[in-house]
Amino acid sequence: MVAEIHRLDQQARNSKMTFDPSWVDEIRINLSAVERRIASHGARRSVKKQWQIAWLLKAVSVIDLTTLSGDDTPGRVRRLCAKARNPVRRDILESLGVPDMQLTTGAICVYHDMVEVAVEALRGSNIPVAAVSTGFPAGLSPFHLRLAEIKESVAAGAQEIDIVISRRHVLTANWQALYDEMCAFREACDDAHVKAILATGQLGSITKVAKASMVCMMAGADFIKTSTGMDGVNATLPVSLIMMRMIREYHQRTGYMVGFKPAGGVSSAKLALVYLMLIKEELGNDWLDPKFFRFGASSLLGDIERQLEHQATGRYSAANRHPIG
Amino acid sequence: MSVSEIFENMEYGPAPEDAAKVRDWLQTKKTGFGHFIGGKWVKNGDYFNSTNPANGDVLAQISTAGSTQVNAAVKAANTAYADWSKLAPHKRARVLYALARLIQKNSRFIAVLETLDNGKPIRETRDADIPLAARHFYYHAGWAQLLKTELSDQQSLGVVGQIIPWNFPFLMLSWKIAPALAAGNCVVLKPAEYTSLSALYFAELCIEAGVPAGVVNIITGKGETGSLIVNHPDVVKIAFTGSTPVGRLLREQTAGTGKKLTLELGGKSPFIVFEDADLDSAVEGLVDGIWFNQGEVCCAGSRLLVEEGIADKLIAKIKLRLGKFRLGDPLDKAIDMGAVADPVQLNRIKSMVAKGVADGATCWQPDIDIPADGCFYPPTLLCDVEPSNFVAREEIFGPVLTVTSFRNLADAVVVANNTRFGLACSIWSENINRALEVATQIKAGIVWVNGANMFDAACGFGGYRESGFGREGGIEGMYAYLKPKLDWNKDASALIAAAKPAKEQQNQTGVDQTPKMFVGGKQARPDGGGTLPVYDAQGQMIGRVGDGNRKDIRNAVEAAYKSSAGFAARTAYNRAQILYFMAENLDARAAEFAARLQQSTGATKAQANREVELSIARLFANAAWADKFDGLVHTPPSRNVALAVNEPLGVMGIICPDEMPLLSMVSLFAPVMAMGNCSVLIPSMRYPLLGTDLYSLLESSDVPAGAINIITGEREALAKVLAEHDQIDGLWYFGSKQGSKDAEVLSIGNLKRTWVNNGNSRDWVSSVTGEGRQFLRECTQVKNIWLPYGD
Repeated sequence: MVAEIHRLDQQARNSKMTFDPSWVDEIRINLSAVERRIASHGARRSVKKQWQIAWLLKAVSVIDLTTLSGDDTPGRVRRLCAKARNPVRRDILESLGVPDMQLTTGAICVYHDMVEVAVEALRGSNIPVAAVSTGFPAGLSPFHLRLAEIKESVAAGAQEIDIVISRRHVLTANWQALYDEMCAFREACDDAHVKAILATGQLGSITKVAKASMVCMMAGADFIKTSTGMDGVNATLPVSLIMMRMIREYHQRTGYMVGFKPAGGVSSAKLALVYLMLIKEELGNDWLDPKFFRFGASSLLGDIERQLEHQATGRYSAANRHPIG
Repeated sequence: MSVSEIFENMEYGPAPEDAAKVRDWLQTKKTGFGHFIGGKWVKNGDYFNSTNPANGDVLAQISTAGSTQVNAAVKAANTAYADWSKLAPHKRARVLYALARLIQKNSRFIAVLETLDNGKPIRETRDADIPLAARHFYYHAGWAQLLKTELSDQQSLGVVGQIIPWNFPFLMLSWKIAPALAAGNCVVLKPAEYTSLSALYFAELCIEAGVPAGVVNIITGKGETGSLIVNHPDVVKIAFTGSTPVGRLLREQTAGTGKKLTLELGGKSPFIVFEDADLDSAVEGLVDGIWFNQGEVCCAGSRLLVEEGIADKLIAKIKLRLGKFRLGDPLDKAIDMGAVADPVQLNRIKSMVAKGVADGATCWQPDIDIPADGCFYPPTLLCDVEPSNFVAREEIFGPVLTVTSFRNLADAVVVANNTRFGLACSIWSENINRALEVATQIKAGIVWVNGANMFDAACGFGGYRESGFGREGGIEGMYAYLKPKLDWNKDASALIAAAKPAKEQQNQTGVDQTPKMFVGGKQARPDGGGTLPVYDAQGQMIGRVGDGNRKDIRNAVEAAYKSSAGFAARTAYNRAQILYFMAENLDARAAEFAARLQQSTGATKAQANREVELSIARLFANAAWADKFDGLVHTPPSRNVALAVNEPLGVMGIICPDEMPLLSMVSLFAPVMAMGNCSVLIPSMRYPLLGTDLYSLLESSDVPAGAINIITGEREALAKVLAEHDQIDGLWYFGSKQGSKDAEVLSIGNLKRTWVNNGNSRDWVSSVTGEGRQFLRECTQVKNIWLPYGD
């Protein structure tokens, strides 16, 4: 069933294909083996010295700096945007030998009402604004309102839309319904890129995660994303590995590169490196780019900043030495 | 490389482990290592180099032990044994616990030392070898503690000689020393000459742990040193892990000595992938299997058997994965594979791969960086390997995977079992029914379902067939270092001298009854067409029996083999019923058998009646055992169950003694049958009519054709044919001392299991020595089926 790999332009955006249930039915995942791979991976790879510095900087460049809180205000969002433009103190970058690096985070991620503020604050920076949408996080608002929410966020300037899927379609294995829903969301996004949040912690099994990943990619998702960051269980390495493998499978079958975004639960620099190394091993260097990989994280940046300062000075750093976002 | 460059190319860079402490330690030993004998370091010069295979650097000077040192070590062990074997179990447990803790406390040091000496990645020594070694000492500290209550009918052996290989130097040391000490033995251990350093470091830990002087002796050297240990008269048991050819040699050298022997040898283990497997995980299973420890693993899944329809897809995935492999400095923490242990081994791998290609294999190696210096060999895929290819049959012991396709489950089992070896097997399928079906049919001591190379001290490790015998780990591993308190009598009277034919022979009256052979459920004429006279105690001829020859044995083994799969697949309940039915029929014909005993052996009526009664009881006992010799369910420290299943050996040869000819014969064939083996039985040569009288009993008791085959004739000649026969999986020889030795010597062809009496007699009347677990263990082998679970 391995289709000829279409030699498409690497940058070509995923486009939806006809729903083929066999791509879902033949998926087999063995959880214990996946967990062993993860346990082994963490011990198989390590980066030190300037390699660690470069990899940590790469991690910064793929962070979707996020605030999704009921008490968000324009001021709070502007502060976050300022951090996105200058995520690491300039003197640290200078000591690390990269004074001219135009380092920014991958995006800013907010609720719809904060999109316009963020777009304004980021003007001229090339940092995209992502909006969570479709009745985030539960995704149970009326369907037409979910489509309307996407359109309004796009109209407000969001270049990326993080939608939530209907978990019940996965739980009841109604793959056609999930495909149809995802197609509708993708169409509503128009030119904005769409990230499909699977809420992996609510899908019941890792095989369901794999199947949902494949269906969403067939329906045109540009990214597949683990979770809302608000579920009981958010991004985990085993689940991430499975989603990466599905992305690889989809790429081998169609030639399209779909992005991956783990969200929630990645809060240490060390863990971020493990994720990046897993991407390199399972998908390759082409995915180590904000176009195809993001961390959905709010506290990760702080830990990376401390590690970078440690690399720069040889002393362990402290949180208050780094500007908050 | 600058940070900005790395930001673009996202390469890994070096991540070396610090080896300074180990190098400092080696510096203090730069005048050369001695041997650790009687708690002291003994130097004798005669040094050879221990080198780092990753770069050829000389690490240390190792001494070669000669007979003086070996004799001193055995003497020290023997002296220490007097106190150590009598030490309270808890005291021995404390010593083992101290060793476990010391290994943990020095784990990084040992890991670095091992990596320097062996060339395997620091990741593996750090995460696999050393933690598992500590686990073995913990686990066996437990057995030391429980010995008197849980193994109360067993006793220690004495001085144990242990010879270990270079692929897992420290881990194999722990697998050998921990159970030996727990059982109360003292050891003389010789590490492999390429990799002696971690064992010498362990000697220092023994001093710190308070191991009494002489309990553990470590001597270094090459093969000749090993031979000196094996042939030392005061060494009562040899435990060996290494190659099958050396295993054969050890079987030969120890034959007839009464030395206990366990062999953990080579393998050519199948790695079976069905179309419903998680293929990406199966690829990682291969990484854990054949590409673990540079493929220098006896149980490595070196034969990939893949269902035809998914073969191309799986191979593409393997190639993609190997393209990401990193070879290099074994001390680098981000390395997948290190160096092969020695240039000799490297050249062997190269020449075997060349042979495989000459036999039609297609060789593929990834385009990855390989260090120019040192013993490095890339992960290698040999596709299009038919079972007839050299590399499908011979162990390469390197990072080389052969690929063969199969059509369906039955085909997979046939291809998987088409090997002289039987160590391990991996089965990949998401269908538990399919996986367990295959697991039960595979001839191997360890089966991993959806996994590879999983080990634990609680789960026995060891092989079927030419992969050796004996287990390490689990209670079965403890039995390898113990013997029953009640076993053989030391009176060499298992055989009864042949009667001299009386001068006056009466003519026989009645219709002539010359029994034939019993083969495949039918009576068959002896191939040679000859007969042997049978005399009673007074020398009067009481009949004739067939004079069996090698062709009769051949036919009988053929019949037994044909029935063996079917018989083993019967339920234990069914086998119990057959044995009960035999008891019922023997009871009905008790007078006839008693009369035969009286006539043949000169026993009194009371003695004869008693022997028949005991034989009936013995059938009952074995019928009882048929469905009670259950396996175990282990819970290793992972989300896993491991089913330890007692499986029959297969086809067995049984050579019966003359003492109590009916009872001893029943005591031997009944457990063999109860456990599901088919057998070829040679009844007492002195009293063969008791064997031939069995025919009608077997025929009337629903015994399946071929389950028991009986050949009469010259015991030693027939025994030799059985001992040499490569289709015989186990041989019980109960005859003369010389015959016992011959049986063991001749068993090396296929390394069949043997149980011999060395000419000694046995108390067949006692239920302790005439039946029970010892008999059942001797005709079964433990298969550990690992079942990780979770969804």
